[in-house]
Amino acid sequence: MSSHYEAPIREPLVLGEKSYHDITADVSAPVLGKANKSWWIVFTIALIAFLWGLGCIIYTVSTGIGVWGLNKTIGWAWDITNFVWWVGIGHAGTLISAVLLLFRQKWRMAVNRSAEAMTIFAVVQAGLFPIIHMGRPWLAYWVLPIPNQFGSLWVNFNSPLLWDVFAISTYLSISLVFWYTGLLPDFAMIRDRTKSPFQKKIYGILSFGWTGRVKDWQRFEEVSLVLAGLATPLVLSVHTIVSFDFATSVVPGWHSTIYPPYFVAGAIFSGFAMVQTLLIIMRKVSNLEDYITVLHIEYMNKVILLTGGIVTVAYITEYFIGWYSGVPYENYTYLSFGAATGPYWWAFWALIICNLIVPLTLWVKKLRRNIMWTFFVAFIINVGMWFERFDIIVIDLSKDRLTSSWAMFQPTFVDIGTFIGTIGFFFVLFLLYARTFPVIAQAEVKTILKSSGENFKRLRAEHGDHVDHNVEQYPASGGPSANLTGEYFTSEEETKENQLEVGDTALIDSKAKRDQVNDMLDRIGRYDPDTETAGDLKKITGVGPVMEEKLHELGIYTYDQVSKMTDIDYEILDGIIGEFPGRAKRDDWAGQAKTLKNNQ
Amino acid sequence: MAAKTIHAIYTDDDLLMQAVKQTRTANYRITEVFTPFPVHGLDKAVGLEPTRLAITSFLYGLVGLAVAVLMMDYMMIEDWPQNIGGKPSFHFYQNMPAFIPIMFELTVFFAGHLMVITFYMRSKLWPFKKAENPDLRTTDDHFLMQVDAGSHDIKKLTKFLYDTGAKEISLIEHEEDH
Repeated sequence: MSSHYEAPIREPLVLGEKSYHDITADVSAPVLGKANKSWWIVFTIALIAFLWGLGCIIYTVSTGIGVWGLNKTIGWAWDITNFVWWVGIGHAGTLISAVLLLFRQKWRMAVNRSAEAMTIFAVVQAGLFPIIHMGRPWLAYWVLPIPNQFGSLWVNFNSPLLWDVFAISTYLSISLVFWYTGLLPDFAMIRDRTKSPFQKKIYGILSFGWTGRVKDWQRFEEVSLVLAGLATPLVLSVHTIVSFDFATSVVPGWHSTIYPPYFVAGAIFSGFAMVQTLLIIMRKVSNLEDYITVLHIEYMNKVILLTGGIVTVAYITEYFIGWYSGVPYENYTYLSFGAATGPYWWAFWALIICNLIVPLTLWVKKLRRNIMWTFFVAFIINVGMWFERFDIIVIDLSKDRLTSSWAMFQPTFVDIGTFIGTIGFFFVLFLLYARTFPVIAQAEVKTILKSSGENFKRLRAEHGDHVDHNVEQYPASGGPSANLTGEYFTSEEETKENQLEVGDTALIDSKAKRDQVNDMLDRIGRYDPDTETAGDLKKITGVGPVMEEKLHELGIYTYDQVSKMTDIDYEILDGIIGEFPGRAKRDDWAGQAKTLKNNQ
Repeated sequence: MAAKTIHAIYTDDDLLMQAVKQTRTANYRITEVFTPFPVHGLDKAVGLEPTRLAITSFLYGLVGLAVAVLMMDYMMIEDWPQNIGGKPSFHFYQNMPAFIPIMFELTVFFAGHLMVITFYMRSKLWPFKKAENPDLRTTDDHFLMQVDAGSHDIKKLTKFLYDTGAKEISLIEHEEDH
């Protein structure tokens, strides 16, 4: 009611004439439907990349870290670069679902589910690197403080690498429960909508028996809010702790107090770029352009601009402090004259161009709202942020204090293959997710439909803030319950005897279906055998003798009736006959019937 | 004795809100409301107490903090007070800056996970739990208000619910479960 008020200056977040049911239908369509050819092609490519990476990992672990391009000077290179890159990508998901929830940003609703999925899949990739870059990964469990037979030999809690273990595992597990709890109502929606018994079973288990009681919702919202309150400092802390891997060291260029906030800003910067990359494709492939709109893309671009600006300020600060400190070793840090002109000049300039210069174009509104350009910039940022981590790690290590230990780094095919493998693994997970999960938090989007839906905004502009127009399917002029025809009360016993206006057939086995059919007949007209003659419906492409019989059972006999059918009626037909879903729409029965009617 | 409840189905959240308020004013007892999405303010309209999950989360956070402090104090200061890179290991507070990241993480870990588990237990949600929504459409776009018919006049009550704008009204008779 009045809570649906929203300033008219705000653009709609849900486009089209959407009702609650439309949201359900649009979100569940990819899950209930079948994968198309392009999905299989992309999935196959991702799977091959993943398997290739898996081979590289097995080769590394079984042969030794020496198969990588590391040397005695540069002990961390692609492994930790990729680790930090993936962790950084993961941060946007939590930012969208947690921080934007705290700020009550309604636009988060359409993107949070996928952003969270991206977080989880990215953190899984990140989590591989701390294990596989170990010389003896089979002893990885020694990082845990477990009582043991070595006189209870504990771990050293002073090390940021141990903090990493706690940070990453907390981050992954909290993100996972946050995401999963939010999925319960959506899984329940799929469970109640699917017709396949297998899906019903699976989504029944996944939805934990969610029933949507008012008390459940009250707790659900409280849990979401508290988790958002916990996840926000968690996001900041996790990448802070990751930055401590470098910042707490004594390596020139690493030892810097600016790292914690600068890494976090960079994480959000790169994470949003990855969200853009994924969502721009997904909105197209999954037909979700009405939910993930240009406005969403623009908002995310604004966040990219903001965090990109913060990162730029950090670059300049690093550059300035490198000179201002007067420490000669700082001349060779990753942001210094030495780096800009040294052997890694190309990595330095790649960082500057990708992260500082290209994103500046987003200040132009036209480019910010241009989907192709956004996609391009997002890709460039992902490249640039990889270079940022590479520069920090490799350039700083390559020229340290002792000139005799200066070295260069050259990756081997195993370094590269492992990285490609994680990209493949990431897309394998994300593609499977896009086919099996409700990719938009439909329960949340439904809460903003009346305040931010295009049709409701239009109605509000026309009618002001009266409540009447907000009520769906409820003709207010007719008084309460004017939408009900006939009896207002049916008990279970009476339902069975309730007279049917349409033929009493096996097709119509519930009151809901009968109502739908009656509604449909009201729209397309009823057949009166005394005055009309039935047309030969079989002339319509897509209607066979069996289908004709079924249409007759529902009371559809003439071309005139069929020609008045709209998408709603097709959907009702699909729901009741259910033989070839979508057939009527594809074959355009109404259009065909119109031609046949005119030729009669 | 068979108990009687009435299921009134609405197709709109605002209509449901209004109906809930009217039903409560008319002193009928609402036993449950099923909605496809969180309708803001509905819990207050139905007259539910606020949830205490946030309080439990705070307490769990304190537990996590205590676990972190006790664990690191025991392992780093009491059990093996070693010199690792010149870090002072004589008292907990001397080396506390190095312990803060883990103190923080464990606080969040306990507060988050234990609260979520509490939520699942309190709301009786688990993987093989059977869904209990009486109408499948309540996870899509329908709103169901369940009213205790008790000893009320059924005709009068249904007329009343009809006037609140219910789309479908049905009388449910079920055996008392106790």
